Amino acid sequence: MRIVVQENPFDLGAEANAFAAGRTDMGAIVTFSGVVRDDPAHPLRQMVIEHYPGMTEKALEKIAAEAQARWSLGDVLVIHRFGPMRPGEMIMMVATAAPHRRDAFEAAEYLMDYLKSRAPFWKKEQGAEGDAWVAAKDEDEDALTRW
Amino acid sequence: MIDILYFAWVRERIGLAREQVDTQAATVADLVEELRAREERYALAFSDLSALRVAVDQDLTDFDAPLAGAREVAFFPPMTGG
Repeated sequence: MRIVVQENPFDLGAEANAFAAGRTDMGAIVTFSGVVRDDPAHPLRQMVIEHYPGMTEKALEKIAAEAQARWSLGDVLVIHRFGPMRPGEMIMMVATAAPHRRDAFEAAEYLMDYLKSRAPFWKKEQGAEGDAWVAAKDEDEDALTRW
Repeated sequence: MIDILYFAWVRERIGLAREQVDTQAATVADLVEELRAREERYALAFSDLSALRVAVDQDLTDFDAPLAGAREVAFFPPMTGG
């Protein structure tokens, strides 16, 4: 398991390649990356992500450990950024390695569902119309009930 | 003494990221009552607890959680990671 919380951008390709390298017993590698999305109706200048140093790492480790307990996984990678980022920049990525694809896909979805509403990050959008904290969605909380 | 941390709009509304508080509060809810009574900005930030989440010593918990032995309490809105 590797958990990284950092301000700097990361290289998705390099991270995915490094994660996959040297594994001969994993038939499936799934990667997901979250990207800062602009909305033409409400142009976004930048997104600023705040987090809770210390708790963030603990929460991500707990979520990743739970995924490893539930599915047959060879490894898990979570990278999540904080600080300011522009539309098109990558916010975060998860990668899962498993002998078979179903475990890799489901574990990646589980990681995403949980880190959306159980990892202490808060997004603020800054645009032409001012600054606004992104509100948590009920559907994100509801998504946890399927696990 | 307990360290209290505020994040996102809770931090902005109170105007502080963290502070040390000398308290005998038995639970998180008791601590919230003490803070509310301090000043208007605290009363506003804590006006709707359903819009807030709390962590004690960096673990998510409920407002009725005990504070015995706690070193750090954090208040924040629902999280928006990913």
